[in-house]
Amino acid sequence: MTEGLATPGAGWRRADGGYPKKKRKGNGDGRRRSGRRAAGEVAMVEDAEFTSYYGRPIIKAPVWKTPDVPLYLFLGGAAGSSAVLGALADLTGRTALTRTARLVAGGGSIASVVFLIHDLGRPERFLHMLRVFKPTSPLSVGTYILSPFSAATGATAAVELLGWFPRLKRFGGIVAGLFGGPMATYTAVLLSNTAVPSWHEFHGKLPFVFAGSAMAAGGGLCMALTPMAESEPARKMAIAGAALELAVVHQVEGDESIVAEPYHEGRAGKLMRAAKACTASGLGLAVLGGRTRWGRVASGTLLAAGSLLTRFGVFDAGMASARDPKYTVIPQRERIAARGSEVRSVSR
Amino acid sequence: MTTVSSASPGLSEAQRKNRLFGPLPDVSAEAGYADDHPKRVGFFTDTSVCIGCKACEVACKEWNTLPMDDADGTLDAIGLSGMSYDNTGMLGANSWRHVAFIEQSRTVDLPMPGVGLPGARRETPDPDIDVREPDSLAKAQASVLNAEALAEFDPQTGHSADREIRWLMSSDVCKHCTHAGCLDVCPTGALFRTEFGTVVVQQDICNGCGYCVPSCPYGVIDQRKGDGRVFKCTMCYDRLTDGLMPACATACPTQSIQFGDLDELQARADARLATLQAQGVESARLYGRDENDGVGGNGAFFLLLDEPEVYGLPPDPVVTTRDLPAMWKAAGAAAAMIVGVAVSAVFGSRR
Amino acid sequence: MPGLGTSFGRGGATNTQQDLANSDCIVIEGSNMAECHPVGFQWVTEAKARGAKVIHIDPRFTRTSAIADLHVPLRAGSDIAFLGGLINHVLANDLFFREYVVAYTNAASILREDYQDAEDLDGLFSGYDPEKRNYDQETWQYEEDREDEVNEDSPGTAQAQEAGSQQESVKDAARPEAAGSGGPPLHGHGWRDETLQHPRSVFQVLKRHYARYTPEMVSEVCGIEPEVFLKVAEWVTANSGRDRTTAWVYSVGWTQHTVGAQYIRTASILQALLGNMGRPGGGIMALRGHASIQGSTDIPTLFNLLPGYLPMPHADQHDSLEEYCADAAGTGGFWGNKRAYMVSLLKAWWGENAQPGNDFCFDYLPRINGDHSSYRTVSDMIEGKISGYFLVGENPTVGHANGRMQRFGLANLEWLVVRDLQMIESATFWKDGPEIATGELVTEQIPTEIFFIPAATHVEKEGTFTQTQRLLQWRHKAVEPPGDARSDLWFYFHLGRLLRWKLAGSTDPNDRPLLDLTWDYPVHGDEQEPSAEAVLREINGVGPDGRALSSYMELKDDGSTTSGCWIYCGVYADEVNQAARRVPRTEQSPTALEWGWAWPLNRRVLYNRASADPDGKPWSERKKYVWWDEAAGRWVGDDVPDFEATKRPDYVPPDGAKAQDAIAGTDPFVMQSDGKAWLFAPKGVQDGPLPTHYEPAESPVANALYSVQSNPTKEEIRAPWNRGNPSLSEVFPYAFTTYRLTEHHTAGGMSRTLPYLAELQPEFFVEVSPELAAERGLEHGEFATVVTARAAVEARVLVSERIRPLKLKGGQVVHQIGIPYHWGERGIATGDSANDLLGVHMDANTHIQESKAATCDIQPGRRPRGKAMVEFLEEYRRRAGIDSGAVPIGGRAPVETS
Repeated sequence: MTEGLATPGAGWRRADGGYPKKKRKGNGDGRRRSGRRAAGEVAMVEDAEFTSYYGRPIIKAPVWKTPDVPLYLFLGGAAGSSAVLGALADLTGRTALTRTARLVAGGGSIASVVFLIHDLGRPERFLHMLRVFKPTSPLSVGTYILSPFSAATGATAAVELLGWFPRLKRFGGIVAGLFGGPMATYTAVLLSNTAVPSWHEFHGKLPFVFAGSAMAAGGGLCMALTPMAESEPARKMAIAGAALELAVVHQVEGDESIVAEPYHEGRAGKLMRAAKACTASGLGLAVLGGRTRWGRVASGTLLAAGSLLTRFGVFDAGMASARDPKYTVIPQRERIAARGSEVRSVSR
Repeated sequence: MTTVSSASPGLSEAQRKNRLFGPLPDVSAEAGYADDHPKRVGFFTDTSVCIGCKACEVACKEWNTLPMDDADGTLDAIGLSGMSYDNTGMLGANSWRHVAFIEQSRTVDLPMPGVGLPGARRETPDPDIDVREPDSLAKAQASVLNAEALAEFDPQTGHSADREIRWLMSSDVCKHCTHAGCLDVCPTGALFRTEFGTVVVQQDICNGCGYCVPSCPYGVIDQRKGDGRVFKCTMCYDRLTDGLMPACATACPTQSIQFGDLDELQARADARLATLQAQGVESARLYGRDENDGVGGNGAFFLLLDEPEVYGLPPDPVVTTRDLPAMWKAAGAAAAMIVGVAVSAVFGSRR
Repeated sequence: MPGLGTSFGRGGATNTQQDLANSDCIVIEGSNMAECHPVGFQWVTEAKARGAKVIHIDPRFTRTSAIADLHVPLRAGSDIAFLGGLINHVLANDLFFREYVVAYTNAASILREDYQDAEDLDGLFSGYDPEKRNYDQETWQYEEDREDEVNEDSPGTAQAQEAGSQQESVKDAARPEAAGSGGPPLHGHGWRDETLQHPRSVFQVLKRHYARYTPEMVSEVCGIEPEVFLKVAEWVTANSGRDRTTAWVYSVGWTQHTVGAQYIRTASILQALLGNMGRPGGGIMALRGHASIQGSTDIPTLFNLLPGYLPMPHADQHDSLEEYCADAAGTGGFWGNKRAYMVSLLKAWWGENAQPGNDFCFDYLPRINGDHSSYRTVSDMIEGKISGYFLVGENPTVGHANGRMQRFGLANLEWLVVRDLQMIESATFWKDGPEIATGELVTEQIPTEIFFIPAATHVEKEGTFTQTQRLLQWRHKAVEPPGDARSDLWFYFHLGRLLRWKLAGSTDPNDRPLLDLTWDYPVHGDEQEPSAEAVLREINGVGPDGRALSSYMELKDDGSTTSGCWIYCGVYADEVNQAARRVPRTEQSPTALEWGWAWPLNRRVLYNRASADPDGKPWSERKKYVWWDEAAGRWVGDDVPDFEATKRPDYVPPDGAKAQDAIAGTDPFVMQSDGKAWLFAPKGVQDGPLPTHYEPAESPVANALYSVQSNPTKEEIRAPWNRGNPSLSEVFPYAFTTYRLTEHHTAGGMSRTLPYLAELQPEFFVEVSPELAAERGLEHGEFATVVTARAAVEARVLVSERIRPLKLKGGQVVHQIGIPYHWGERGIATGDSANDLLGVHMDANTHIQESKAATCDIQPGRRPRGKAMVEFLEEYRRRAGIDSGAVPIGGRAPVETS
């Protein structure tokens, strides 16, 4: 499909000796004449018909650290959905569920803040985030979601533990609940709004993956940590979330575009498969084994694990797609080709 | 420092319609500068006269006191990259100019061209080539090879009877986009649009969140290990404010790097392209000149002799924030879905 | 330098780099201009933009080739064959500029009957002495005028001098370099046949000499397709003549050969035949190795020259000023004023002490008695004949051929002074040189005491650079030198001051030359820095009135004038530092006569009288430059006329006229004794009156033209530390050439030590073709070891199609290896030094070594370490049938008769 899309014009082929050794994994032949299949041999992917500069990436891969950022995504998601659940549970007087949800939300959000700050190149300058508000910057927007959310959930969880000011507690819970949804999904925009091919391409889908993943995790954890009597809503949420996560991830992986490749190749592929296994089995258990306390514990754990793995998988897939120029070049070539002949005449 | 704006166009009060992409007549005004701001400046890098001397790289590092690093950006390390004469490797936090070297060859099986005026006795290649069809590609190549003038006047190309060797050299730099992804996504306002229409990082503000790094469709800006902050070409903002040319353009011996008012540079570039095409240089094309491209055109644009990706440039870059509204919409829907699910879960469950 | 000097009269580049923009065709041969002279290259780019053709002739496809319209990948060391082919093409097809050739060259001169050409003697010219391995040039002379039989023009002493100049020791002293400004002296005008038909006319001799240099022969010798040669011929001839001009650009890619001077001679002949000399956009651009190399020959660092290319007096020849000047007496051309130049120099040096009574202190000058050139001196050091040595801005253990020989030399001195910006290898060889590793040198046993003295950089001192186009440009001091760093001027002035202070009151006559010197330069600043302007003014010289002179025409031989370097006379005209002029180009003519000052007399294009026809009219409107203005009665134009301003085009010298008066109004080459450009050089070149193709001293190919393989007069130093690879050797099957990269400066002292430059070319590498890589199993990016009889070095491999294997006729394939030479043990970017590979084979005219063509072997992997290295090389020598290269510890192995 990408045949000959981006080969240099007029018969030119590479005339240099090949690539630096450390990049020449596998093929020791420095003298290979490989003009029209340049990056193929370097980038260690099958020989796709495209050109690159010595197989080097075109865009820079994110400098975000693992596990900090994937954990941030996971915790933020779990906390977000739990906060919503907690607020509603509170309104319906489910004290136990409320308590669990608030603790999960509080713990999750505080931890996520820690991870986020730790990931900064200059952590002491965290507050610079609050200098400006920029809707064009998901991280800026996120800051204004994360700050009140973590404040509210943190405070609520604290007073939940200490058992002080009930009225204030409810108010905090509701504030947290309001920010919970955005908290769980804005991180999808955070990733999508980059030049990273495998993230940007799916900017319409990732928010739903994250929403599903968040509900599976939040619901799952609350389900596991709440007595049978009150954990039913958590179970329902977990089931819905898991189903949503599986469905949308399936769409993403099934996409015919080459940028879907990283989701089922290499380390990212492994992670995504493991995630699917956990989530699916967790879902199964929640539906079938949901009658017993231990079924719910097991299922909740599996769903949380699945959600965690999904975050790591998505993160990894993005990194992989950033490191290999073909995921940048080929889709753009296809775009140009699709735009038709007038563009070609410009570029040839 | 003169009044600066960390506002990206989409946010300015002068907002009339969506400014996240598309042509923008006056970036500085969009960023909130008063009408008396200076004209937008830029670089026109004409790779057809680049001799790969790397004077731009050295002048840049000297002026901006950047640290030494190797082709992979490792600080205080050196080593042969094996990529022709390129040991700089890429643009990054420590290299704000990067001269790319590409060695190519092709065989010619026709008599040597005689002396002739530029473009004389040239066959024009078949205008309609379906590159995805091998034999038509071969046909196209044959017709190009038959274009004598091309063999004679292609820049950065040497010719012998049986083989042509081409050594492409090109000095890459930050594009100072009309719609700069790095600027759009910066959460602290460390990145800002200057009165000259360029994009610069304020090192006292940057907190190293790293968001700009993957948001640049050209892979220009990067984080410096051990420092934590991000760095990139400032088009010598400090020199501009003192009425000086950027260091690289000042050092370039062959005027491959030209600095000036963007509109004037664009006119110059169009003329240069016309000349080369008249000489039969089929492969010449401008890159980053088109204000209708995915980033609204570049402040630093190029004349290339091959496909952009051959030089390590994206063939069709798009500013990521172009799709931001769609993303927020999806995120909003997803968030609502969570609330919806929770509501139904809670109220749909028996006590 | 002798190449240009003997051909046209002056050793300097004939045109300017800016003038290249006026060319219609630029041939860059033996130079990698874009990489080594990137700033000047802007004028080539400019010419190209104006539609000029640019041809690059070089074994490698370089950054210059990338910009050129045509790259000709000829075999290293085959340029004479290529240029000879062009000469043949021009003569055979009647493409030469007849009017120009007849009027302005010695094509019409008739040679003696007993002259025999290399074509007749299978590669030798008449007069060759196999014992001394040099020529008696008697038979190369013009046929004397009939009435000239008894040569009244030249006094008896002159004939004595003639005899003397044929002595061995004098030949060794490399007279030809004295042609740096002023062609070699010659007596009698000879008679001419302007129809060019006489069988013994230079023109016919030339035609016969190059008759065999056909396109096929060229393609066989150079390893290029005949089509490529013909295309070059087509472009060059189509862009020469009345309306168009072609420029030739060369650099050390030509000079560093055993036939270097002859390369330049060949180009000179071609350019003269095409009528490109002395005209805008024409000429021969000699690009010097680096800053002020031209200056260091004008005011020489050479053993056999005095300032202004005056020859250094010779012990066997010059007992008196009389004898010294005799050879010039009565000759035509400005060389006829030799005495005035010399006396003015002596007055500049010894001032009041120089009087007619004491021969103007002529006896104070040292005498030479043979070859004291750089490499000879190093071999003398090894033999313990030399006790002390100054290294100033030179890093010979890395930058000169045969680094091992250099290190042995330095290791056998009593003291060594190194003045440099950085602690360079030549100052630290005693602890980290390769021979320390092999055990051939042992630190404790090295007697040399080394004094390292930090030097100021060019921005930390004031003074002039004389760059590649004879242009003197003044530099003002930008910053104070750091710490103990001082300018060279400071160092030598105060050294001299201290020596004179120590000798004060001495009665030993041997101390007089030092004590009588005028050593009174004003000093300023805390560091007592001497005034560079005062020195420049002394170089310019003053007249009887004590005011600065404005032209060397004013110099007298009676002691009333002084001049430290006659060709620089005028740089301080009107008491103004002319070299410091910086009038912007927008405020002056395109020739930019008010930017700096060029010798001679601020002339930018030399011999520019040739830009007009014999009658003084421009050859064409398009190439108008300098012409005769009848009304004004003088020569006018865009440049300072390189001719007596008021000498009419129709001036004919009366019988017995001397010096410039002997130059006719139609003789543009005013420094030549006959005013003509020399197609045939009756004098001045040691190795033949006409350039002829010889293979490099080390070549994988047999000479296709003669049974004489390489230059029969080439100089060699035979010793264990300088073994030569036999040509056509199985053991050393590949040709290699050394060169520089834009990113580094010569021996690297100024670049390997700087991070911003070191990172750009961080490691020593060699460039090989994919074919050779396949043949030897070399890996791109991996190590390979290059071996010669001198050394083995390891480097990274860059495989590239830019390096082409050459297919010669008969199917022989010649592989060439490209080896940049910048690296050494010290600095940020370190590596083995390519120059260790080279042996010392020298051009008899210039004593310049052959660095651009030699043979070697290459193997994958790293080189042996320590003692194993010694054995490794011995093994190679054994296999190649070369004498042992083993030396005693300290390297003190004597020279075996050379």
